Amino acid sequence: MKIVLAFIIAIAAMLGIVPQSRPIAEDRVAAARAFASVATVLASPRCANCHIAGESPRHGDDGHPHSMNVRRGPDGRGTPAMRCTNCHQDVSSSTPHAPPGAPDWRLPPPATPMAWKELTPGDQCRMLKDQTKNGRRTLADLLEHVSRDRIVTSSWNPGPGRPLPPLSHEAFVEQFKTWIELGAICPE
Amino acid sequence: MPAINLTVNDQPRGVDVDPSTPLLWVLREAFGLTGTKFGCGIAQCGACTVILDGDAVRSCVTPIRRAEGKRVTTIEGLSADGSHPVQRAWLAEQVPQCGYCQSGQMMSAVVLLNAIARPTDADIIDAMAGNLCRCGTYHRIRRAVHRAAELMAGGRR
Repeated sequence: MKIVLAFIIAIAAMLGIVPQSRPIAEDRVAAARAFASVATVLASPRCANCHIAGESPRHGDDGHPHSMNVRRGPDGRGTPAMRCTNCHQDVSSSTPHAPPGAPDWRLPPPATPMAWKELTPGDQCRMLKDQTKNGRRTLADLLEHVSRDRIVTSSWNPGPGRPLPPLSHEAFVEQFKTWIELGAICPE
Repeated sequence: MPAINLTVNDQPRGVDVDPSTPLLWVLREAFGLTGTKFGCGIAQCGACTVILDGDAVRSCVTPIRRAEGKRVTTIEGLSADGSHPVQRAWLAEQVPQCGYCQSGQMMSAVVLLNAIARPTDADIIDAMAGNLCRCGTYHRIRRAVHRAAELMAGGRR
């Protein structure tokens, strides 16, 4: 019986039905490599301009302070008479220099700003996983955020004149998924 | 094409236009409400500001589909006779010079005062920073917002 079971498992492993065990060190390297790819997108102005420390979101590829002295506000959606959605619509404008858009345009709330611009990829990774900093998100929630949240996906449709993140959205999600599947291990 | 229905200055209105048509175009061209001005067309100057369900939106970039079923207030809707506290304060402080941006300024001021009854100078500067005035009437605007707050607090509307 044991021999039959071992044979079935071996066949299943060869067919990719069950994962073959891999050395932990190999997973660690592969996870770090996947996260390094993810980090190139996190560093893109399309992400980093709103994942900021302090009160002022950023503009442009040089990350200069948002014009009109725009502020994060108590809920991440701006201040009275200066709400993000006063200008940012549910889709990006096709007019040059007009605002990019997505439904419920916002910054992270002040309690969990998820500001990663100055961090190393390792520290970014640890912050991303830390539920006291990431808005109580599980890894599955994070994957959902990067896969489907339209404020994230709009980064690949930001309107004319704004460079896209360095990976396609599909490749970004694939790397994110790979990182999670390999145990969400962070780079040193 | 189906009509898009909304409430403008407390009046139910409908319009047959492409849903991506800017709200500003509908207000000015379809409804004849020309108090709201076209400035930059890219949400950078605030001249086109109107109130959409309580928020000070830039109508030049707001597609009419966003206003479907909602309430829009323009400068014409503040009062029929110029008696709104913000209008009275603007007159008392003689705020406008050329006047082009002022309807947008006043709509932002109304939204600010609805949120903060007694704004500080810093509150006013923050809230009005998206409304540009090339004549530089900012100091008078700030005084007028304080005066409007006093008028509202006194219930003298």
